[in-house]
Amino acid sequence: METFAANLLNGLSWGMLLFLISVGLTTVFGVLGVLNFAHGSFFMLGAYLCMQIMHIVPSFWVGIIVGPLLVGGLGVVIEKMLLRKIYDRDISFQLLLTFAILLFLDDSVRLIWGPGYHVVEAPAILAGTIPFFDHTYPIYRLFLVVIGPLIGLALWSFFHFTRWGKVVRAAAVDREMAEGVGIRVPLLFTAVFAFGSWLAALGGALAAPHQSLAPAMGERIIIESFIVVVIGGMGSFPGAFAGALLLGLLDSFGTAFAGRAQMALPFILLAVVLLFRPQGFFGRET
Amino acid sequence: MTNSAKILRNNGFLFFLLFAILAAAPFILPIYWLIILTEIIIMGFFAMSFNLLFGFTGLLSFGQAGFFGVGAYCTALLIQNGIESLTLILSAGILGALLAALIIGFLCVKRDEIYFSMITLGFGMMLYTIAHNWIGVTGGSDGLPLCTIPAIKLMGWEVSLYDPRWMYLFSLSVISLGVLLLWRLTRSPFGLILTAVRENKERLAFVGANVRWVRLTSFTIAGGLAGLAGGLFALFNCMATPDFMHWSFSSRPVLMTVMGGSGIFFGPAFGAAIFFILEQLITNVTENWMIFLGAFLIPIVIFFPRGILGTIVELVKRRRES
Repeated sequence: METFAANLLNGLSWGMLLFLISVGLTTVFGVLGVLNFAHGSFFMLGAYLCMQIMHIVPSFWVGIIVGPLLVGGLGVVIEKMLLRKIYDRDISFQLLLTFAILLFLDDSVRLIWGPGYHVVEAPAILAGTIPFFDHTYPIYRLFLVVIGPLIGLALWSFFHFTRWGKVVRAAAVDREMAEGVGIRVPLLFTAVFAFGSWLAALGGALAAPHQSLAPAMGERIIIESFIVVVIGGMGSFPGAFAGALLLGLLDSFGTAFAGRAQMALPFILLAVVLLFRPQGFFGRET
Repeated sequence: MTNSAKILRNNGFLFFLLFAILAAAPFILPIYWLIILTEIIIMGFFAMSFNLLFGFTGLLSFGQAGFFGVGAYCTALLIQNGIESLTLILSAGILGALLAALIIGFLCVKRDEIYFSMITLGFGMMLYTIAHNWIGVTGGSDGLPLCTIPAIKLMGWEVSLYDPRWMYLFSLSVISLGVLLLWRLTRSPFGLILTAVRENKERLAFVGANVRWVRLTSFTIAGGLAGLAGGLFALFNCMATPDFMHWSFSSRPVLMTVMGGSGIFFGPAFGAAIFFILEQLITNVTENWMIFLGAFLIPIVIFFPRGILGTIVELVKRRRES
């Protein structure tokens, strides 16, 4: 019972981080039609910037607010200066451009903060552990399990009840029609890309006290969130949620039951989903 | 007709010239640069095999390193088990990779565009995790070291592949055969069908071609040739490691092809040369050469979608016409 509950919580906390990354990735894909390889780098930048800001102002909360905003700003620059030039190009060029951005950002992080590990302390309220059956459990992970669905709910309300959210969904369904009814699509693209980058960085900042920071942290999460987005259905919000939870749980329970073979499980899941439901759980027919 | 004959003769001459220069390299270049040149031709060939899929068939695979690695491991395993025939060893690499590509390709070619890229990325990483975790066979993250590398034995004459010059000449001759095969393939009716799949698969399906089968064939051949490159690379490095299969390794042929130009037969190999020469020049100054690679790639993708060699060829052609 105890192991089960611990695995469940571990899986949920990792799943929630995955969800924050995947929802940005899937929204950007849905609206801009670009699958962003550099999304994991934004996640990593969010974590590192949070750490850097905490060196100046020793507060986690300042870091988690300011860091992602800076990354959102970087998103604006990247969309306006680079991505915008290749929307009409073949999809492989978009993939390659974001890949080149990934190379640039990942190595920049390595240059600035070095190749070693860094640790970010959780804020005092969330540090430490609580009693958990016969043992203890870190409070910060519980915080992630709670904050994840809250952010998800906030995003869902944003997409469904606000004018901006509806505009984003409209553009995802039919870009040309959206332009036809007077939505300023170029502005929308910039906003959506910046929003996606901000979300990824927020995930990174939230992940910072949870895992140690290293230049490879973006690489791991981008592959897993690609899998989330593909099995959930590309461009689908509920798909990102379901996929992220599934993958998070697969990670924790897989490690407990399958041992070393666990690393292969996400890819086997990907293969099975693609065989039997190629458009993903919530994807539209293509 | 006369025009195409002229192009063919022109190309034949250029091929011969290129081969002659490459064959003369061991007598001119210092050993250090010869070793780099060996890496360039092996990775260049890997990139050319990838381009059969990308440039000719229009499928962007992010998992080719998986097949490259399967070739490397098959080669390494055979050598560890005491097989001494290089022909047999490299054939095993090709066959292993062919088989892997056939099975994985069967699942992958159902989808195209971005989905294809993601699926191949996933399967490539699946192969990587297998190599990483099946410690009994693959040696886990340490990989398989090759303690002895078989010598070339030809009609009672024997040379060691530990000599970088012979390693280079051996790679060059194997790769030349592979390149000839690729050249024949892309100029054959089948090559034209590949281009047709890339340009308009619906129309091709209309006239009765089986698009999935064509793609699968292309995928399998590209995988098998990647396996050959992997086998050579294992011999060259004296080891096979899981890193050969990681997706960052899969991205190398992609980058090389884009740098050189996917529309030109030798574009990917040209890109490989630029890649490694840049790496050499920049790593002399700083460890973080990926920043420069990224900064170099961004304008190429945006302003020179035909790649460097592709843009040069285009300029030469335009000048000739005017």
